[in-house]
Amino acid sequence: MSAPVPLLEAEAITRRFATLVANEAVDLKVMPGEIHALLGENGAGKSTLVKMLYGLLQPDVGRILWRGKEVSLPTPKAARALGVGMVFQHFSLFDALTVAENVALALDETAPLAEVSERIVEVSRAYGLPLEPKREVWRLSVGARQRIEIVRCLMQDPQLLILDEPTSVLTPQECDGLFATLRTIRGEGRAVLYISHKLEEVRGLCEAATILRLGRVVARCDPRAETAGSLARMMVGSNVGEVRRARAEGRAPVRLRVDNLSLASDDPQGTSLRSVSLEVGAGEILGIAGVAGNGQDELFGVLSGEARAPEAGNIVLDGEAVGWSGINARRRKGAAFVPEERLGHAAAPRMPLSDNALVTGHAAGGLARRGFLDRARMLGWVDAVTRAFDVRKGPRDPEAASLSGGNLQKFVVGREILHKPQLLVVSQPTWGVDAGAAMLIRQALIDLAAGGAAVLVISQDLDELFEVTDRMAVIFHGRLSPAYPTGELTREAVGLLMGGEGFAAPREEAA
Amino acid sequence: MPLVLEKRPAAGAAALILSPLLAVALTLASSIVVFWFLGQDPWRALSVYFLLPVSDFWGIQEVAVKATPLVLIAVGLALCFRSNNWNIGAEGQFLIGAICGGGVAVWTHGWGGPWVLPLMLVAGMAGGAAYAMIPAVLKTRLRVNEILVSLMLVYVAEFLLDWLVRGPWRDPFGFNMPQTVTFAPEATLPVLFDGGRMNLGTVITLVVVAVAAVVMARTVKGFEIKLVGDAPRAARFAGFDDKRLTIAVFAISGALAGLAGVMEAAGTVRQLLPGFSPGYGFTAIIVAFLGRLNPIGCLIAGVFIAITFIGGENAQIILRIPRDMTMVFQGMLLFYVLACDTLILYRVRRVAPARRVPT
Repeated sequence: MSAPVPLLEAEAITRRFATLVANEAVDLKVMPGEIHALLGENGAGKSTLVKMLYGLLQPDVGRILWRGKEVSLPTPKAARALGVGMVFQHFSLFDALTVAENVALALDETAPLAEVSERIVEVSRAYGLPLEPKREVWRLSVGARQRIEIVRCLMQDPQLLILDEPTSVLTPQECDGLFATLRTIRGEGRAVLYISHKLEEVRGLCEAATILRLGRVVARCDPRAETAGSLARMMVGSNVGEVRRARAEGRAPVRLRVDNLSLASDDPQGTSLRSVSLEVGAGEILGIAGVAGNGQDELFGVLSGEARAPEAGNIVLDGEAVGWSGINARRRKGAAFVPEERLGHAAAPRMPLSDNALVTGHAAGGLARRGFLDRARMLGWVDAVTRAFDVRKGPRDPEAASLSGGNLQKFVVGREILHKPQLLVVSQPTWGVDAGAAMLIRQALIDLAAGGAAVLVISQDLDELFEVTDRMAVIFHGRLSPAYPTGELTREAVGLLMGGEGFAAPREEAA
Repeated sequence: MPLVLEKRPAAGAAALILSPLLAVALTLASSIVVFWFLGQDPWRALSVYFLLPVSDFWGIQEVAVKATPLVLIAVGLALCFRSNNWNIGAEGQFLIGAICGGGVAVWTHGWGGPWVLPLMLVAGMAGGAAYAMIPAVLKTRLRVNEILVSLMLVYVAEFLLDWLVRGPWRDPFGFNMPQTVTFAPEATLPVLFDGGRMNLGTVITLVVVAVAAVVMARTVKGFEIKLVGDAPRAARFAGFDDKRLTIAVFAISGALAGLAGVMEAAGTVRQLLPGFSPGYGFTAIIVAFLGRLNPIGCLIAGVFIAITFIGGENAQIILRIPRDMTMVFQGMLLFYVLACDTLILYRVRRVAPARRVPT
């Protein structure tokens, strides 16, 4: 049923951010009446591409054609006028307003609220998206909030609907409802551009797919003719292999044990952890791979003690239950933590490095005595980290925000490693860091483990995980796969797990 | 918006001291213009305002009497503001402190002993702290905006004082004037010098400033206050409990405002009457910011603001300039401090309009 002229065509689109090339010479063709999948790992450039199609970003090079004619999309409004609608991964709704009020606010033309409510009811009935216009948004489930966004788009009568990872926040039942709606939309001759990394979903729903890797198109295919394995291979660009279980033998004593930990996220956009279990032994580096937003932040928070576990015994550190202990109690037991966000979480941007050394060193690091600061030791700590980790900075004690990303990351990692922790939990150790700094940090993690510490690395960077870890597990929808020896894993196998393969069946105990 | 404010990468420490000095200079320059328009000789007016108050010992004592409550309240507010807790209701906590302490004086009138004064000070601090806990608890438990609650509680405190001095606490021999009895000698703070009005409250305030300065600069608690204000997520990462801290700083600043209130009642006014505070609790907000939310800075700023109060009274008598001029001074000063801060810490940048698609 495809027409000869594509509805939307992107030709040789390139977009750079400073030195990073997010999209390079990307071509994309979406036919009318087609559900087209845009596949790729995190950071492959999917979001950048669709933001350009929706007028949120402008390409540096390349053109966008709509029904064969070149168009310019300076704003989302221009894109909507053309017939492009977009549903974002993170919703932009006012909690205190009703469904109808939220929709009315987002319409390009003004209309009386009663009329808007009527149209909401019409559209929601036509597409099977149940919504009550008078309900306040804060009363609604995540799925219902997404329905508002979809209805709001459909009311603009779009010819192309872009959905950015729409099922990442939905329950399986809600997913089925969404798929039915998308098929209705397709039946009307409209097109859908569907961003996802869930391979089974894409195989069941889409009839065309464009696969991005590192900002380039690496493949185009009909996903119905592919297997999840072949799609994963295209996404991560590596060979097929079979996942094998780790042998639970001859391992060093367990330093950190997480036992059947479930934790509801208090953030409505967050991910709840579901019976997560893991073990990290002395001298071992365990990696946790996964697409962002699958529970990594929640896992880090509960491991560090910023959030408390439901039961003390959920987290055991060197044989002691610490699930109810605060972060400093865990530090006193020899644990150290490096969160993902450098500025604002790991470090206070407007404070000097010596004060930032105090952030993690005031309780267990000997940088304060009887409640009084030891300025000399704080400065000494900065000097020691600077020497050991080659932190490049101008003055001796500059503000954290004045350091480059790589140097600040070296500081926040070094700040912990110099405490000689028995356990280090680190999230995204080299995110957005230059190659030299990344190498230094990874070497430091390996050296720390070699000295007998247990290291847990949460990362989205598969290269990094393959380089430094001894065993690897994958987190998906708040659940953790068993850990497998890294040497027996392939990128493809990990890619499948990251896409949710093998999580449907009840999980076996971790090795 | 074609213009945005963005943080400068690093503003030097010198700029932080320079900013209030620059603000004072700009205020003086602007006031010369205002005096000019009022038909006054600007130099004479400035000398009446700023030099006359400190030209003799009596004047310096008067400045100290005015500065004492301002500095004491401002030090507490500085702790609050540093930790991103906006206690705007110090005026109310000041009045409640005066009511609680003054209540002890009224209650013990005629049968008290040397224990009355310490009891008054403790009652004043406890009252101010408890009153400040209302916005703090509402903020931490129910996420109610502390600015609105603390501000509105000022009016509650004002009316409570008004009712007390017109009703149950009215001086029976006061010719029906809305005021309490004049406090007995054992319920008043001793003056430091015969014939002057400077009292023990000034000494207590200097001790508080010194303690607060040490706490802020040298202790983990001071670091906690700054970190919670600057980077709340990093503060949680450091293991600090921001809710507990919010309640603690509100309680401390309420206690200090309450102490200022009871010392004003027991030391300077020696009775309770409506309109008993010339708005110390609000003026202290200016003092706190002018003093860079630093205890020593608050001391300097409080003395400066006190001089403008006394100078304003002098100018009213000598130059017949309306008292409102003092308010104009203080308003200009706050305006310039905020402007200098903003322009030193931030820079104004033009935002380029959205780029077109190259074809």
